[in-house]
Amino acid sequence: MNIDWPAFWLTLQVAGCTTSVLFLLGIPLAYWLSTSRWPGRSLVSACVTLPLVLPPTVLGFYLLITLSPDGLIGRPITALTGLKIPFTFFGIVVGSVVCNLPFAVRPFMAAFAGVDRRLIEAAWCLGVSPWQTFLRVTLPIAWPGILAGIVLTFAHAMGEFGVILMLGGNIPAVTRTLSISIYDDVQMMNYERAGQTSFVLLICAFVLLSLLQVRTKRGWWV
Amino acid sequence: MQFVGQFIRERTKPLLAVLSLILFAIYSFAGCSRGTISNPNEAESTPHQTATVLSHGNKLAENRLVRIAAASDLKFALEEVASEYEHAHHGATIQTTFGASGTLFAQLTHGAPFDLFLSADLKYPEKLVEQGQALPGSEFRFAVGHLVLWVPAKSEVDLESLGIQAVLDSRVKKLAIANPQLAPYGRAAEAALKSLQVYEKVVDRLVMGENIAQTAQFVESGAAEMGVLSLSLATSPALKNKGRYWRIPATAYPKLEQGGVILKACQNVQTAQDVQKFLTGPKGQQILHKFGFDAPEK
Repeated sequence: MNIDWPAFWLTLQVAGCTTSVLFLLGIPLAYWLSTSRWPGRSLVSACVTLPLVLPPTVLGFYLLITLSPDGLIGRPITALTGLKIPFTFFGIVVGSVVCNLPFAVRPFMAAFAGVDRRLIEAAWCLGVSPWQTFLRVTLPIAWPGILAGIVLTFAHAMGEFGVILMLGGNIPAVTRTLSISIYDDVQMMNYERAGQTSFVLLICAFVLLSLLQVRTKRGWWV
Repeated sequence: MQFVGQFIRERTKPLLAVLSLILFAIYSFAGCSRGTISNPNEAESTPHQTATVLSHGNKLAENRLVRIAAASDLKFALEEVASEYEHAHHGATIQTTFGASGTLFAQLTHGAPFDLFLSADLKYPEKLVEQGQALPGSEFRFAVGHLVLWVPAKSEVDLESLGIQAVLDSRVKKLAIANPQLAPYGRAAEAALKSLQVYEKVVDRLVMGENIAQTAQFVESGAAEMGVLSLSLATSPALKNKGRYWRIPATAYPKLEQGGVILKACQNVQTAQDVQKFLTGPKGQQILHKFGFDAPEK
């Protein structure tokens, strides 16, 4: 098939990295957000949801400005590690993590909120430590919701466009993901390849969402 | 720890999936820290594609890789130049990214990793030197571009006899130009429409492409009935047999002199200079001429 294979491989890597980072980062964040009683909690929650409603170009612009070697966050990072963030693989993963934050954390939060509080407290009363309670009670009960969040994040990260274009530029095999490759192909009037690449993304999204449906219906994932 | 074990036993399948995802992510990061992204399907990428991929361990190819950020009007011409160059210089690889000169300029300002910048004007390369992002004294001129008015083949507008007045035809609902803020071709198109005294009458019908290639796509797809394009795209394989064009008189707009520069981030200045010489040399100029570019003034 005539599709941009380096871009396909790169897209899988970006989506994989994004999902992993958001799994490791999102679980504690979501758990804290769904259980904390701290008054500032709703502000943090709003920040997490912000990328959902903010135009990707706005997000991309802010990320580009702050993460560039002269930027507020980019300068110390570049000074310390020599790592440049914009226009690199690392950069687009950072961008992708930020804009997929709500797609992971919101389902995780909903999943934790759905766990019957009494079961957790019962475990505590029976002398199980909080950490063990989390692993033995909370996480297993919340798992279907968490898995849904993971699948949604992966599927969404595969199609991310605006932020990646602004933060990543369009560098072959480094930051040119599938959706940017499609944009390019359409601009260059290479409709055949744009069509085939789009079809691949369509199939990927469909398969991922079907997996999610099968899981909810038959429950064989859990 | 037995709880963890129990949890893992109970949820092996999904957990394995998540764990393998994390391992894959670590592998990807490790790969990118070595500065390359591996590509398992290298054999399958078409040789025509200039977006050639770096390969692991192929140090020679990596050293002789030239990454070019080029104005969109060069899309088809530069691909031919690149494949000729690669053919003549075994082991050299040219990687191209196209966009509006202004967009590319902004990315280069933020440190985008390219070796060579080919702009559709002279201003952006000069500015990059001023800002310290390009090597001082490395500016060069390689071509002069031209503007055309383009309509799809099926259009009934009589472009040949009407000339610029064709933009006023009632069948032209949308006139596509490149964005003047980002693309030198957009600025030239605006200037031409103004100097030929039709700008005021068409200003409500203008649609803007981010760059000249997107502008061409607007008309080619029929989304706009007419467009102000570069001669290089109008004569390219993608548009050649799909429409007709009328050359806008060169006196109507400032000369579209195209310049380039070697960037500070350049990894191999010698190879970049070599590509520059090829582009400005007889073979490169011959290809550019075929796409409607004129030679730059000496």
